[in-house]
Amino acid sequence: MTALTSTQISMGQRVTAPLRRLSRDLSQRTTLKIGLAIVLGWVLVALLAPWISPYDPVYQDLTTRLAPMSWAHPMGTDNFGRDILSRVIYSARVDLQICLLGVIFPFIIGTVLGTFSGYIGGWCDAIVMRLIDIVLAFPFLVLMLAIITILGPGLSSFFIAMALVGWVSYARLVRARVLVLKQSDFVLAARSLGYSHSRIICKHLLPNVLTDAVVFSMSDVVLVLLNGAAISYLGLGVQPPVAEWGVMVTEGQGFITTAWWLTAFPGLAIVLLAVGFSFIADGLSENRGGTQ
Amino acid sequence: MHRYRFLLLRPLQLIPVLFGISAISFVLVRAIPGDPARVLLGTRSTPEALARIHAEYGLDQPLPMQYLLFLKHLFDGELGRSIIYKTDTLTLLLERLEPTAMFILGSVLLSVLLALPLATWAARSRGGVADHVIRLLTTAGLGLPPFWLGIMLIILLSITWRLFPVSGYGDSLGEKLYHLFIPCLTAALSLSAVLTRSLRSALIREMRADYFVAALARGQSERYIFWRHVMPNAIVPIINLLAVNVSWLIGGSVVIESVFGIPGLGQLLIKAIFSRDYMVVQGVVLFFALSTVLVNLLADILTVFIDPRIKL
Repeated sequence: MTALTSTQISMGQRVTAPLRRLSRDLSQRTTLKIGLAIVLGWVLVALLAPWISPYDPVYQDLTTRLAPMSWAHPMGTDNFGRDILSRVIYSARVDLQICLLGVIFPFIIGTVLGTFSGYIGGWCDAIVMRLIDIVLAFPFLVLMLAIITILGPGLSSFFIAMALVGWVSYARLVRARVLVLKQSDFVLAARSLGYSHSRIICKHLLPNVLTDAVVFSMSDVVLVLLNGAAISYLGLGVQPPVAEWGVMVTEGQGFITTAWWLTAFPGLAIVLLAVGFSFIADGLSENRGGTQ
Repeated sequence: MHRYRFLLLRPLQLIPVLFGISAISFVLVRAIPGDPARVLLGTRSTPEALARIHAEYGLDQPLPMQYLLFLKHLFDGELGRSIIYKTDTLTLLLERLEPTAMFILGSVLLSVLLALPLATWAARSRGGVADHVIRLLTTAGLGLPPFWLGIMLIILLSITWRLFPVSGYGDSLGEKLYHLFIPCLTAALSLSAVLTRSLRSALIREMRADYFVAALARGQSERYIFWRHVMPNAIVPIINLLAVNVSWLIGGSVVIESVFGIPGLGQLLIKAIFSRDYMVVQGVVLFFALSTVLVNLLADILTVFIDPRIKL
């Protein structure tokens, strides 16, 4: 008996000590809390940028070029003598905009197409599903780059490309949920009460489906942020002299042998914001009984 | 024989997708504003050359005819000429294929080497300190921008410790592998985060199965059951996950090859975008899409051969 119990404890499965369960519950909630704190922190930084940043992000002081970290410049300065900390702070405005707009268009398009495709079925479903297959056949970033090639570099091209490519995951998720919900008792009851299709979709299906889409969007936003920064890094997104984390990494790459702070800090900012969103996504899916 | 019917059926299902891929690639060049012939030839185009391109691509014919002509060119392996490199696009693609293929293979290999022990450790000490630390690290790993991680690894491993070259690609096989190590590590660190997380939950799911308890009750050692039964069952979905992530790796190769100056397909694509070498852009995009489809097809076939329970 003892042998089996010790095995079970070592595998940590059936016998869950109260203390361990407590710590796990707490750690789950902390994940969500820490994530929210990080993201809200960045939102505050972006909103308060003009007041909290020590310098003008584009002000060039050629007497302090490539200065290392000091009290005057906590993150050092770049090759034009611009203060890195101020640029990192101002970049938060651009990068949060990338996160928001880069998620919201795919979210809307995907949810609408997924709902209709799942609810109507038939040829409508077939067309949407084939479209999804085709978009998924392309590597995500490659298709985005192809669209940006046509539209020309810039942030607005990025948002259009994001909307054209990113809706696919939302549509798949929402369609699958709608297919299940369509057969559920409350929808069948609503149908038999003679409710119109539009009423069922808007009042009964969408509220149920939206929660899933919102939870998914929290992990999707990490992808959007990394892609936005990567495309700006490649020189096809945000254009200099606008401060954006990806652009700052490109600008600093020529100085990695002498001044590592040019690339290190903007990248750390991306990681911190991305981890914040990942924590929120993790916390949300755990609270909803997802994978542990 | 019934089981292997999918070997014929699965490729047939791909036909609409292949048409879609070709249609998007076709639209890619036509959607650029202006006369496509002028777009393809660049600014220094003579009237004779313009006329030749018009005839070759059937630009004076209706769009559906142009598309059919495009398909015919595709089947002949004609992807047009590069205006920058002055060569056939297909030749250019094949020349640049090796570094990208090696990069992707190396990244897959390294990420599996990282993910296997981490996921095993996390799953076997589930709820413990190691599990929490690994979960924290993999969550952070998901948020690492590959281009930045690459630069940080260069600063640490190449500039500070002088262990690896900063950028480029060698001539001999040994040199190539030496140059590709940091790029592959960069991609593998991000990819292994994804792999570790899903392998860990797959392992835990298997360890909860009845057969696991039954084997324990029969007196078999935990270690034996884990390696003989749990791992083989949990590893099958990972093959498909890897195949899905080859698409991510191809996108990653575009970024990482730019960071490290590797002369592969990704760098070719970026240079072609900037120099408006549209035939090369079209060729690389088409090639990447076809490779993605092919890799996923191979993974599907492989899983059916490994796990007879799966039916497609």
